[in-house]
Amino acid sequence: MHEHDVIVVGAGGAGLRAAIAAHEEGADVALVTKLHPVRSHTGAAEGGINAALRDGDDWTDHAYDTMKGSDYLGDAPAIETLCSTSPEEVIQLEHWGMPFSREDDGRVSQRPFGGLSFPRTTYAGAETGHHLLHTMYEQVVKRGIKVYDEFYVSQLAVTDHDDPEDRECHGVVAYDIRSGDVVGFHARNGVVLATGGDGQVYDHTTNAVANTGDGPAMAYRAGAPVEDMEFVQFHPTTLPSTGVLISEGVRGEGGILYNKEGERFMFEYGYANNAGELASRDVVSRAELTEVNEGRGIEDEYVYLDMRHLGDERIVDRLENIIHLAEDFEGVNPLEEPMPVKPGQHYHMGGIETNENGETCISGLYAAGECACVSVHGSNRLGGNALPELIVFGARAGYHAAGRDLGEAQIPTGPSAGTEDETGLDTPVSPGALDSPDEDVAADGAMVDPGAVVESAVERERTRMTEMLENDGRNHAEVRQKLQKAMTENVNVFRREQNLKKALEIIRECREEYQDVAVSDPSRTYNTDLIHTIETRNLIDIAETITLGALARDEFRGAHWREAHQERKDETWLKHTMISWNDGQPKLYYKPVILEGEEKTYEPKVRSY
Amino acid sequence: MSTQVTEQEQEEQETVEEAVEQTEAVGAARAAQVDYGFMEEKAEQEVRDAETTVKLKVFRYDPEVAGKKEPRFDTFTVPFHKGMTVLDALMYARDHYDSSLTFRHSCRQAVCGSDALFVNGRQRLGCKTQLADLDDSEGPPGTVTIEPLPHSDVVKDLVVDMQHFYDQMEAVEPYFQTDEYPKGELEEQRQTRENREKIKMSTRCIWCSACMSSCNIAAGDNEYLGPAAINKAYRFAMDEREGEAQKQRRLEIIEQEHGVWRCQTQFSCTEVCPKDIPLTEHIQELKREAVKSNLKFW
Ligand SMILES: Cc1cc2nc3c(=O)[nH]c(=O)nc-3n(C[C@H](O)[C@H](O)[C@H](O)COP(=O)(O)OP(=O)(O)OC[C@H]3O[C@@H](n4cnc5c(N)ncnc54)[C@H](O)[C@@H]3O)c2cc1C
Ligand code: SF4
Ligand code: FES
Repeated sequence: MHEHDVIVVGAGGAGLRAAIAAHEEGADVALVTKLHPVRSHTGAAEGGINAALRDGDDWTDHAYDTMKGSDYLGDAPAIETLCSTSPEEVIQLEHWGMPFSREDDGRVSQRPFGGLSFPRTTYAGAETGHHLLHTMYEQVVKRGIKVYDEFYVSQLAVTDHDDPEDRECHGVVAYDIRSGDVVGFHARNGVVLATGGDGQVYDHTTNAVANTGDGPAMAYRAGAPVEDMEFVQFHPTTLPSTGVLISEGVRGEGGILYNKEGERFMFEYGYANNAGELASRDVVSRAELTEVNEGRGIEDEYVYLDMRHLGDERIVDRLENIIHLAEDFEGVNPLEEPMPVKPGQHYHMGGIETNENGETCISGLYAAGECACVSVHGSNRLGGNALPELIVFGARAGYHAAGRDLGEAQIPTGPSAGTEDETGLDTPVSPGALDSPDEDVAADGAMVDPGAVVESAVERERTRMTEMLENDGRNHAEVRQKLQKAMTENVNVFRREQNLKKALEIIRECREEYQDVAVSDPSRTYNTDLIHTIETRNLIDIAETITLGALARDEFRGAHWREAHQERKDETWLKHTMISWNDGQPKLYYKPVILEGEEKTYEPKVRSY
Repeated sequence: MSTQVTEQEQEEQETVEEAVEQTEAVGAARAAQVDYGFMEEKAEQEVRDAETTVKLKVFRYDPEVAGKKEPRFDTFTVPFHKGMTVLDALMYARDHYDSSLTFRHSCRQAVCGSDALFVNGRQRLGCKTQLADLDDSEGPPGTVTIEPLPHSDVVKDLVVDMQHFYDQMEAVEPYFQTDEYPKGELEEQRQTRENREKIKMSTRCIWCSACMSSCNIAAGDNEYLGPAAINKAYRFAMDEREGEAQKQRRLEIIEQEHGVWRCQTQFSCTEVCPKDIPLTEHIQELKREAVKSNLKFW
């Protein structure tokens, strides 16, 4: 068993920042990650990172834009923390040598982005994430922080108190991908989950193959609630054949969208008369699909994004990476022709419920980055707001886990923070209720010795993996593909009640089929078959929470569109949907949104662009 | 004219039949252990329906499993579609025929650097390589040979041990070091556009190791820092924000016995780099800088 003060699971932007912070605080910290750090998906981020750095801009404006973008479902204490701290965090990156694009005076460049009232998106070409990831990994190397790369974390070691708010997390269990050993990691102070997104729930996504929602699924099964899972962001400009992202930077620099008739539809059909192409992502995604549905799409599938008028020089200077992506992945030269684009799954606003200090309701368990929901994005994330989230909340989680006092959190967590339970939700099948719930939950008998809690979790995991390796059964890929297809067909940009119910039925089928899944590769060495099989279970749990949340929320807010409910219902829905896993069953309840910040109280207004 | 068409059609028909045969052979081996019914039938149907198929000849090796200790090649036949990449084809083979087929991959968009492979005799990223681009004929190539990166220890199938590559990267102190921070906490360390432009290409490295694998010198001298690490050193040595003293220190590191002077300007690294980094040029420039700085000191 390995032992450290702080164990950070995941080494993307959030995990690296958390590890550096904990190390600064003097903790003995280790990063445990299924991919080598530089392979993390943060490296794919293109457009930029928001921070109010300039005269004429102010973090309070950034906070206002973020609240508006969230469609008033963000929590003010989290948004204010994000926006007031991101300038120093971004400058910190700059001091670590991150190669930002530069202005003539040598300062870092900023560009306009969708939904922002000031051009405050700081960037490094169209490969901001790559530079951010590498810069932070360099700092990890410099500090000699211990990295266990290619270790797949499959289970949390949590005590089994009945009430999740009494539980404690003492570490994690990981599969050493190279050797096949199942090993325990005991965290003396805390575990920070930073496992990133879950785009693999869908079959058309900008996300990496490794983005399978492992962190939220593990935390959820260990008793930490997941929050606002119905809010999935679809990015309006992904390449149709692969889902590869064409950065919002293209529209930020002045790229235009048009349909088959050559019309600039954002204006022509009144989707966003002021902001046009730079309206918020949910607005643009719906506009594109409406064009396609009304017969004005190209090949009934996509629309065009054109940047030729920007001129070769500007494109090469600021968006060079886009030229390569369009050429390599769609066979289109964007200097000479428009790029075909359509919406694709991109980001998950929902995730593990945390407060501003990164804490979950389980003591010793933290989460940060895309896997968490501290609730800065509410129902729709603004472009350029995820990267600051990684570093601001990654750092806070790291500091707190290492023992720094960050003050009392304003955001309450855990089932006791909920106000009302959902009783009337009409679901076609009883979701999630399959036998063997105990495999998921914590150690046996309220153990007090932390090491024993980890050991017992390791034992259970060894047994589970051995069973999977020794038994015969179905291939997980079959179940995964069925799930992805069902989610894409039924829980996409446009949502209808009957489709959501259909999806729940299919998810339930997948869950049943999953009971027969087995790993056919008997090898201990680098068994990706085993890993993908475990990931598939996580995808099923995540898909179910997304669909349950979507079914419950009968209103239209941010990225969540419901056919029969075409308005935002502030009287009933200024609240978060929360789902917790109780005795092998998902339980749905609500928690009020906090619109009152320290700086000001945010009044819901009509969102128009 | 019409006979020609028929001949061609016949040929195509034969290819498809052969393809199905191959598929079945691989499938049968698997079916012996695990019931793949649904997936495999679907796969075979897809292969039959496909207008064109591609054959993947894939290197296999697993030190732990009895029948796989001897390295060998397996052939998989997969249906081809326009825009299909080497990685897509590998994933198809794994998901439909043999889930023990092992390779690294993640982003599918040439940024994570995890799927560098030896495809038809050259280092390439699987995700960035269109099958249709692999030979000169229109349409898909007949057979594609996929092997792990040469000059690296194979862990299993297409997965190689990357430790040596990481060690060499770390040997050049790959992190920004400056003693002069701006006064205000929110002040930037200004950098000219020209300087940013100068280091731009060098910052694009995704640590895929294609260059290292293609380098003859690195193959013969295990201590040679290699193109990627030297490029990393270049990225910092040329960054004006680090200052002169630091630059001298960096030049000393790359000037050591197994540093820049080992490079024999063969350009193989530059040829394979998927990020188009002018590696050889960077190495040459560092050699010149090293000479200049020596002249200054002695
Ligand atoms: C194509 C693309 C472009 C984007 N562009 C922008 C942008 O311009 N601006 C912006 O603000 N946001 C952008 N985003 C969003 C943003 O990049 C992501 O939300 C963010 O990078 C996620 O970072 P993370 O640290 O949470 O996770 P990741 O970077 O995904 O890291 C996850 C880490 O967890 C590890 N991990 C996962 N599961 C396990 C497990 N079971 N065991 C061990 N380790 C595990 C992985 O190995 C990895 O190290 C973009 C997203 C995408 C997909
Ligand atoms: S320099 Fe190019 S080939 Fe070498 S590791 Fe970096 S990206 Fe790969
Ligand atoms: S899969 Fe990431 S580089 Fe190819």
